Amino acid sequence: MKKRVRMIVNGDPVEAEVAPRQHLADFLRETLGLTGTHIGCEHGICGACSVRLDGAVIRGCLIFAVQADGARVETIEGVSDSGEIADLQAAFAARNALQCGYCTPGMLLTAQELLMQSAAPDREAIREYLSGNYCRCTGYQAIIDAVEATAKARREAKQ
Amino acid sequence: MKAAAFDYVRPETLGQALHILSERGDGARILAGGQSLAPALNLRLAMPEVLVDINGLEELRFIAASDDVLRLGALTRHVDLARSEEIAHRCPLLSRAAAQIAHPAIRHRGTLGGSLAQADPAAELPACALALDAVIVASSSGGERRIAARDFFLGLYQTALRPDEVLTSVEISGLSADRIYGFAKLARRQGDFAIIGLALAARRSGRGLVDLRLAFFGVADRPMLAVRAAAALEGKPDATQSMREARAALQADLNPVSDLHASAAMRLHLAGVLLERVLAETLEPLR
Ligand SMILES: Cc1cc2nc3c(=O)[nH]c(=O)nc-3n(C[C@H](O)[C@H](O)[C@H](O)COP(=O)(O)OP(=O)(O)OC[C@H]3O[C@@H](n4cnc5c(N)ncnc54)[C@H](O)[C@@H]3O)c2cc1C
Ligand code: FES
Ligand code: FES
Repeated sequence: MKKRVRMIVNGDPVEAEVAPRQHLADFLRETLGLTGTHIGCEHGICGACSVRLDGAVIRGCLIFAVQADGARVETIEGVSDSGEIADLQAAFAARNALQCGYCTPGMLLTAQELLMQSAAPDREAIREYLSGNYCRCTGYQAIIDAVEATAKARREAKQ
Repeated sequence: MKAAAFDYVRPETLGQALHILSERGDGARILAGGQSLAPALNLRLAMPEVLVDINGLEELRFIAASDDVLRLGALTRHVDLARSEEIAHRCPLLSRAAAQIAHPAIRHRGTLGGSLAQADPAAELPACALALDAVIVASSSGGERRIAARDFFLGLYQTALRPDEVLTSVEISGLSADRIYGFAKLARRQGDFAIIGLALAARRSGRGLVDLRLAFFGVADRPMLAVRAAAALEGKPDATQSMREARAALQADLNPVSDLHASAAMRLHLAGVLLERVLAETLEPLR
């Protein structure tokens, strides 16, 4: 039986009927048309489905949409349109930190979370924080470069 | 893959949850962080009739310390264990272990109660519960039960919990100031389940350790206490002297499994390596 859910997605209130078995990533993509949230493995391994739920990055494939009733959800579209990660996106482009782009939304959201917690993460800390996000194209070095460069630029902008 | 259809309820009190579980019987499944259950649902390894989402039970979400006892609600998430100052102060073993579980996004959702109920033999928290001699508290409509960690883990994904019971909290006592801990996990990649790991809890006595408990994970179908190895090291002022004996004792204590990740012989070897490493690190501040 379908359940009615209400949530705030990228700042806008959303109301819909969902089947309990539909996970949040499918709901965002299929019902709301927010296809920036990608789906890889659907069992928690790859991180392509990363979204923010009440401020914390989680796996969109490991939570059912019905569970997000009353929650605040932010997707790559939201943080991209707000300009929150414009510098990080520019650094990814500048360093060739994406090729096919499948992992990129999840990488950006997870990297931004690290940068909000830690102003000067070293490469080891960046690797560790991104360890749950798989990239099959870049070999990761360029991604680490881009995150490190963004951290440095943000520190310098603060001074 | 997508989960098969199921019904979903989100009770607001423990009483309601227990009532639903007793009514729906075997068809019901408790949903906590979903970080083990959702993959199983998506892969259709689990096909319950109804999910009982316990995330609304605020009464299961607490970290409470008094005297030398720490009580943790079942809905304490891995991230809360890793970040709590109270836990870092009272029982840093849990902070260290939780920080090693999976990846940040999974730690944001996964819960203590879920990890113990799941009883993955390679998981960190069941081994910590065993090392800490924790008591696991479970409720059903029939009342409350207190189960010692050593009686809780029965085999691969098997625990002493009945289907109509909710694991509500975990109690750790005897947290006196002389407690000391060690922890290590070996995995091929950051965030993978352990090939093998060790949680150590003891009390300082001079330059040695007493009440030593060594809980290995990733070696068998459940977390294992290495009782003979601990006896070989118990109270010895210079534990490094007794290391050969302790490593030999591991052979009798552990009966490691072979799988894709490591052979039994490799696991036994690694158990010895970890024991030596963790012990050296634990004793270092006593020198
Ligand atoms: C990619 C990935 C990597 C991971 N790596 C690790 C790792 O390295 N180490 C590790 O330990 N774990 C790891 N996990 C698992 C993770 O820690 C889970 O959070 C944990 O095993 C289960 O907790 P949960 O709250 O998510 O439980 P759920 O998935 O919600 O539930 C798990 C099981 O326990 C039952 N249950 C849950 N709560 C209760 C309760 N209060 N009372 C009774 N029954 C209950 C459920 O019915 C279900 O059967 C990983 C998961 C993923 C997806
Ligand atoms: S699709 Fe969610 S982790 Fe891979
Ligand atoms: S850019 Fe292709 S998977 Fe990362």
